[in-house]
Amino acid sequence: MSTPETIVLVGHGMVGQRFLEALADHGVTRRARVIVLCEEPRPAYDRVKLTSYFSGATPEELTLADEDFMSRHGIETHLGDAAATLDRTARTVTTLSGSRFHYDTLVLATGSYPFVPPVPGRDSEGCFVYRTIEDLLAIESYAQTARTGAVVGGGLLGLEAAGALQGLGLDTHVVEFSPRLMSIQVDEGGGAALRRKIEGMGIQVHTGVGGQEVIAGEDGRVRSLLLSDGSKVATDLVIFSAGIRPRDQLAREAGLTTGERGGIVIDERCRTSDPNTFAIGECAKAVDGMVYGLVAPGYEMAETAAAAIADSLGGEVGRPGFTGADTSTKLKLLGVDVASFGDALGTADGALDVLYSDSRAGVYKKLVVSPDGALLGGVLVGDAEAYGTLRALTGSVPPVPPESLVLPAGMGAPAALGPTALPDEAVICSCHNVQKGAVRAAVTEHECTDLPSVKKCTRAGTGCGSCVKVLGQLMDAELEAGGIAVDKGLCGCFSHTRAELYEIVRTLRLTTFAEILDSQGRPEARQGDGCEICKPALASVLASLAPALGSGGHVLDGEQAALQDTNDHHLANLQRNGSYSVVPRVPGGEITPAKLIVIGEVARDFGLYTKITGGQRIDMFGARVDQLPAIWARLVDAGFESGHAYGKSLRTVKSCVGQTWCRYGVQDSVRMAISLELRYRGLRAPHKLKSAVSGCARECAEAMGKDFGVIATASGWNLYVGGNGGATPRHADLLAQDLSDAELVRLIDRFLMFYIRTADRLERTSTWLERIDGGLAHVRDVVVHDSLGLCDELEELMAAHVEGYRDEWAATLEDPERLQRFVSFVNAPGAPDPSVRFVAEREQIKPDLTLLSGPDIPVRTLEGTSSR
Amino acid sequence: MTTATASTPAATAGAVLEVAAAGSWHPVCPPSALVVGRGVAALLPDGSQIALFADRAGHTYAIANRDPFTGAEVLSRGLLGSADGRAFVASPLLKQRFELATGRCLDDDEVSVPVYPVRTVTAAHHSAK
Ligand code: SRM
Ligand SMILES: Cc1cc2nc3c(=O)[nH]c(=O)nc-3n(C[C@H](O)[C@H](O)[C@H](O)COP(=O)(O)OP(=O)(O)OC[C@H]3O[C@@H](n4cnc5c(N)ncnc54)[C@H](O)[C@@H]3O)c2cc1C
Ligand code: SF4
Ligand code: FES
Repeated sequence: MSTPETIVLVGHGMVGQRFLEALADHGVTRRARVIVLCEEPRPAYDRVKLTSYFSGATPEELTLADEDFMSRHGIETHLGDAAATLDRTARTVTTLSGSRFHYDTLVLATGSYPFVPPVPGRDSEGCFVYRTIEDLLAIESYAQTARTGAVVGGGLLGLEAAGALQGLGLDTHVVEFSPRLMSIQVDEGGGAALRRKIEGMGIQVHTGVGGQEVIAGEDGRVRSLLLSDGSKVATDLVIFSAGIRPRDQLAREAGLTTGERGGIVIDERCRTSDPNTFAIGECAKAVDGMVYGLVAPGYEMAETAAAAIADSLGGEVGRPGFTGADTSTKLKLLGVDVASFGDALGTADGALDVLYSDSRAGVYKKLVVSPDGALLGGVLVGDAEAYGTLRALTGSVPPVPPESLVLPAGMGAPAALGPTALPDEAVICSCHNVQKGAVRAAVTEHECTDLPSVKKCTRAGTGCGSCVKVLGQLMDAELEAGGIAVDKGLCGCFSHTRAELYEIVRTLRLTTFAEILDSQGRPEARQGDGCEICKPALASVLASLAPALGSGGHVLDGEQAALQDTNDHHLANLQRNGSYSVVPRVPGGEITPAKLIVIGEVARDFGLYTKITGGQRIDMFGARVDQLPAIWARLVDAGFESGHAYGKSLRTVKSCVGQTWCRYGVQDSVRMAISLELRYRGLRAPHKLKSAVSGCARECAEAMGKDFGVIATASGWNLYVGGNGGATPRHADLLAQDLSDAELVRLIDRFLMFYIRTADRLERTSTWLERIDGGLAHVRDVVVHDSLGLCDELEELMAAHVEGYRDEWAATLEDPERLQRFVSFVNAPGAPDPSVRFVAEREQIKPDLTLLSGPDIPVRTLEGTSSR
Repeated sequence: MTTATASTPAATAGAVLEVAAAGSWHPVCPPSALVVGRGVAALLPDGSQIALFADRAGHTYAIANRDPFTGAEVLSRGLLGSADGRAFVASPLLKQRFELATGRCLDDDEVSVPVYPVRTVTAAHHSAK
């Protein structure tokens, strides 16, 4: 019996793991003995996502090999033991611990090590590199005793490390020897824009200087970093991120050919100078002379080597060799959009530039184009929205002129170029080299109908994640084209979406829920009562359209009353013990002392708990339902109105103090915020709407985190849309620039009405903008360029809303019938609810929860109860 | 302030809704006090709270007002709906649904709320009780 072929893999990193998976795919693991030597104490993990450890990912979540991958394929792994020497004649590897393994085929996937410049003091306590999970654990624990941190190296990884330090709460410095940040990927202009962005995050950037010496105190711990210009940065911690070097020592010592500047030389099939030995990933020097420091080329090498080995064992994989790869990158650093792709620095013969740069907004975009118009590459800083599409178009002549791909809103022709315009060969995910054709096939042939299954099927989107957006758009387009029925229905009662129902209600002029349910509902739901999902959703549609359909809109009128969520029904927010909170509107956050006093008096007289909200107003908690009318009578009397804290409608328009007082302000942001809040108050929408107006680019009002945000410029206002705080924060996108007051209001009118018309139930503008076909470009076409000819109608709808606005609380107080609903008990109208009681805390009240926890079921907290 | 005991509303309309609890029928309110699709809360003589509902089909239901998930007396303020022809109320706090006829929680098999029989009586019958 012949002993099976033995394959030894040295290094279990990202590429090594991919190699094992490819071996398994080709059936090699069934025929050969496979041994893995892994220096790190844990099996392969996702190094690309290393930094996500600091945002909560556990080492287990970063792991790449699922639990039983190794055992399922009979792969022997030796953790925490590195290969120390290689005997090529005997074909054995000996590990540090002294174990020796014979091999028939050897695969080196040893990756790289971080280069630490030979500066004095570099071994002091507090000096780190940024490469492994162990490095991060060490940095994290040391940072607890540190206040300041410095990163030596301003490349991609250095900036990521700096972001991590800042996230750990340290004052952070970046020191970069070359004159700009990320010099490998971006050009001078891009570097300048990037620097402004990074500095805007509060990180101090020193370029054109090198770290010269690490100075430690007597205790051996880092105190400062001496720079080459003689200046000193006081710091407690230093991370070296000055580049990486291939780990080729093992190979070199065994006499394999290595490059002059490092890297194990390989041929197209990833064979080294010894035909029994392969090298893949960052330790290898490819036939194009490159040592790639990115994972995508490494994966290709892994596939190539695995195919070559399978073939040599009688397989017929016949995969083309590895001759070179794309080095596109997108920075994952929080809050900064930077991307470079293709020939970003324009090194090809005759390459031409298309450049758009706005230093004020920190946006820099450059495309490199060949004389025949083919897109060769580019750099995007400050706005990398188009990255996915542009990267995939690289190498071809784009279907629209390149200028239009980089110009912002309102300038030149809009770029209506979605991923659907791409050819099938376009690479959508460069981490896993997945082409558009494969994504389409996942939907059409493998019946994937949601993003997770498309990701699982194609692997696209499971690397750096920068292609996920394009992936989603492609999947949706494909689903739609295939007419695959995904039940997008609103709920069990309606098979239409909210947007479709909006159109139906508008065109058929339906005015009651019963009418809509009985004529448009699913057959089994007609004549029924609807449900807790469609009732409030349709109440909102009816309310948004009421002024235009002339159907009278008070939310407590007639059948409408039965549709509202309890908050809308009582015009207040229900709290955990059954009491309510009261939030009067404070437009723009501006309030007179007299009104402040009224709030104080009302709260005191009714014994309410008061708190300043995150929305620049005051919330009063602990009112019983039967107290609401009396509380509001006092407030309305003093000139307050409902703040709609309960409704899916406009909440607040926050403002900064602006030009009137602030030395930096360039416009009167308070005046604008107040006028916007008064214009859109009471507007019912698919979800709540928030806004803010900042007086200058410092953005103290956080307008970029709002559904529609306004930032003053020297010549007018910039309008941003689709921002969100909350669970999935999103920075708003610039819709149009330098608008006059009237232009601003007109665009917001159209934007809001278009959103209300087309969004799904409970879909904030941010998710809506990400979801709808064509995204921001489409919305801009519709509301700025009136491409659908809808704008007149949208403006009329808003005019009708403004015209029809009445304060809901004032109207309620005038109507005895509506007031009847504000009782605790139908058979004891004057009786207060005995279960609503309070206890004292910090000189105010809080709900007495012991009263509520009955004998049977303990009180569960919001966090502990799963919602549907 | 009034003490927390139930009083029969001055029912001019003649008809009264009654709820059975602890072995006897208690008059609560006229049927007209219920809005279809919404609930009202009522106090029983022993101080416990119930939630009354009317659906589109004309049925009336009474269940305990206490939301078992949070302990708050709020079920009367939930939204009424129907699925497969059976009426339910969704708690206004954490949205669990309770079938009105049985009190069964549709989102958690282990939880239910008490239900109470309801009937409508004319004034004549009522006074003859
Ligand atoms: C009172 C307040 C917290 C505070 O004490 O400061 C608050 C309280 C609530 N927020 Fe908020 N949010 C408050 C400011 C915010 C902010 C900050 C802001 O507006 O600038 C945000 C992030 C900004 C944003 O929305 O993008 C915020 C993001 C949320 C979210 C997440 C939304 C999202 O898109 O992810 C929810 C949940 C939801 O709406 O689905 C939420 C929901 C809620 C609810 C309504 C939860 C509920 O259903 O009971 C809370 C109601 C309390 C009550 O009964 O009055 N609240 N909430 C703030 C009221 C502001 C106001 O004056 O109206
Ligand atoms: C913070 C960070 C962010 C990154 N972001 C990106 C990104 O966005 N996009 C991108 O494309 N790339 C990124 N990279 C680079 C990417 O992680 C690497 O290209 C990839 O990990 C290379 O895989 P590899 O298997 O060749 O090397 P590694 O993943 O480094 O694996 C090599 C393994 O071999 C082990 N080893 C070495 N010598 C021996 C020995 N003698 N015996 C046994 N074991 C040995 C090492 O301990 C290591 O575990 C990032 C890297 C870092 C550190
Ligand atoms: S955003 Fe500008 S104008 Fe407004 S407060 Fe801040 S610095 Fe002043
Ligand atoms: S491009 Fe990195 S995951 Fe797709």
